[in-house]
Amino acid sequence: MTTFGFFYLVLLACVFMCLYRIGRGPTVPDRIVAIDILGVVIVGFCALLSMDTGQDVYMIVGISWALIGFIGSLALAKHLEGKSFDE
Amino acid sequence: MSEIIGLTLVSIGLLFDFFGCFGLIRFPDVFNRLQAATKCVTLGTCFILVGTFVYLGPGAIGIKALIALAFIVVTTPTAAHAISRASHAAGVELDESTVVDKYAEEKD
Repeated sequence: MTTFGFFYLVLLACVFMCLYRIGRGPTVPDRIVAIDILGVVIVGFCALLSMDTGQDVYMIVGISWALIGFIGSLALAKHLEGKSFDE
Repeated sequence: MSEIIGLTLVSIGLLFDFFGCFGLIRFPDVFNRLQAATKCVTLGTCFILVGTFVYLGPGAIGIKALIALAFIVVTTPTAAHAISRASHAAGVELDESTVVDKYAEEKD
């Protein structure tokens, strides 16, 4: 197995642990935390893909995923606190 | 030489990522999970992005990796703080082995 294949396998194990917590988590904040962490792991995945293939499209996907995941986590946290989005 | 340093940095980052996600499974409580996962995975992904920069040099991908690192460092702890505050306000139960809850004492 190549070096990058091993790296992909480790990150896939991380992704499946996050998916376990999303499906299993007893409360709603557990699932929100797991979605947030899944986004950060995917940014690392995009960095590894662009290292492997040499294309910078994957890194652009990673940057936009980081920003949009942040906005989504903030919106979910606001919703959990029982407020609307403009207060 | 820079390839070896970059791959070593990526390996350290993958180790941090793996143990962070393992803590997401094993810890008993929302706040413990947040503590373990957010810090470890942020640091691990930062190591992976720095490793990308070192491996490829300051080209198109390397600079984008540094930009993504800046976004990750700023945004992930902020989101974790917001989620922990919201889940405390929403009345999520703490684990039985919790010793002290200073935030609830402050709010009273």
